Amino acid sequence: MKLYLKFLSIHLRSAMTYRSSFFLSCLGQVLITTNVFLSVVFLMDRFQSIGGYTLPQLSLCYAVILAGTSLAECFARGLDAFGRILSQAQFDRIMLRPRPLLFQVLCQDMKPTMFARVLQAAVMLIWALGAGAVRWTPAKALTLALMILCGAGVFFGVFLINACVTFFTLEHIEALNIFMDGPREYGKYPFGVYGKPVLLILTFLVPLALVQHWPLQFLFDRGPAWYGLLPLAALLFLIPCGLLWRLGVRHYRSTGS
Amino acid sequence: MKKYWSFFKMRLMAGLQYRAAAMAGMSTQFVWGAMEILLYRAFWAEHPGQFPMGMEALSSYIWLQQAFLTLFAMWNWEHDILRSVKEGTVAYELLRPTDIYSMWMARSVANRLARASLRMVPVLVVASFIPAPYGLRLPASPAAFALFLLASVLMVLVVCSYHLLVYALTFYLTDPNGLMVLSVAAADLLGGAIVPLPFLPDGLRQFAQLTPFGSMQNVPLRIFSGSISLAQAPSVMGLQVFWIITLLSAGYLLTKKGLRRAVILGG
Repeated sequence: MKLYLKFLSIHLRSAMTYRSSFFLSCLGQVLITTNVFLSVVFLMDRFQSIGGYTLPQLSLCYAVILAGTSLAECFARGLDAFGRILSQAQFDRIMLRPRPLLFQVLCQDMKPTMFARVLQAAVMLIWALGAGAVRWTPAKALTLALMILCGAGVFFGVFLINACVTFFTLEHIEALNIFMDGPREYGKYPFGVYGKPVLLILTFLVPLALVQHWPLQFLFDRGPAWYGLLPLAALLFLIPCGLLWRLGVRHYRSTGS
Repeated sequence: MKKYWSFFKMRLMAGLQYRAAAMAGMSTQFVWGAMEILLYRAFWAEHPGQFPMGMEALSSYIWLQQAFLTLFAMWNWEHDILRSVKEGTVAYELLRPTDIYSMWMARSVANRLARASLRMVPVLVVASFIPAPYGLRLPASPAAFALFLLASVLMVLVVCSYHLLVYALTFYLTDPNGLMVLSVAAADLLGGAIVPLPFLPDGLRQFAQLTPFGSMQNVPLRIFSGSISLAQAPSVMGLQVFWIITLLSAGYLLTKKGLRRAVILGG
């Protein structure tokens, strides 16, 4: 852990060397996700409600997804570029070192600019709470924390799958973007809004609905309390992801001498 | 003119080589389109009376938007041009017996056409088989289709003229990234990418329509779907022509001036 924090500070300092370009890319990223939420604001301005949700509730919904993806993207950046690590045979070097493989890959690269989006998520969350999106109880606060943390966990799993695929194909598969970039766009509404098939896929295949749609039902007093614990079940998704990683490592044949 | 035409053809051929990448990109295009339509379907089911355009028109708009994405996307910069201005290799271009600004234009238009033509056809074909009101439907009249084609050409020219202006401004800025970031965000917001312009609140909508961004995807997509009627089309397309002329001449003058004061070092 200490080693990890050390790497984090290195990446942060290297990003801060070019200060203006650091802040510019922060700004660019926040503008993109702000636009995503503005589309919700405009539609709610016209229609008032969707599926019984109000604007503050949707703000909370998007804040949870935004915080989850941004945290995962910040720390799993090394997985995003894993195709390059493999094709340039850097993975051989990683295998020689006496530290866990995955840990080293994660330390290779990080994306500190993502903290800007976490900040945006915090602002949206505070606004939503101030506007009375939820009637609070301690259990609900716990659920909210679980949603964000387990959400980051599920996204981490998706990034891991994306990286594992390159063990077999050597190139990232663009179709996986559907689950990497897609939720940052479409997580602005609870997934139930998109209809049953989408909800089923996101509950049982890639369990993003377990960190967003179902616990939200509990937060908004629309479902039973045990929905609030479903984010923990979403973490089961990490098991097949981990197995795939092991399979990939075993399958790995070096590219060079 | 002939030399720009052959340069245009060359870039087009080069762009058409990346077939596998285009195929891979298409799967995501289908999902994005489907998710958008599912979303608006939910709004339609609850508030059909408050829709500024019909569900069928909206579906056509969304599928066409996915198909044409690379044709009008603001983030589709020509990084080679930007680099050449920043690093000064633009000097080589000046030695050639061609006008640099026309060359940039030919390159931008060709690359957009190449990228879009690869992605467009499968999306359009599949979308037209999706049952009403969620699929792609042809415009009501041949006249509307003809206007749509013309407006699409104008759209590409508006987007490329805007880009050329940004490249021209790069002569004066140390780092064009800020301008590019803001342009992309403004085009998303005011161009009808995040929600179609008719869905924007009053005031903002009228403003957006007058900006250059409102003369981009907004015009052909809405003519195609019937959201801009035949009677309204001439004035909207007139505005497109106005922006092309304004942006092009501003960029052209800036490039002229920028090149005159540029000092390129090296021997």
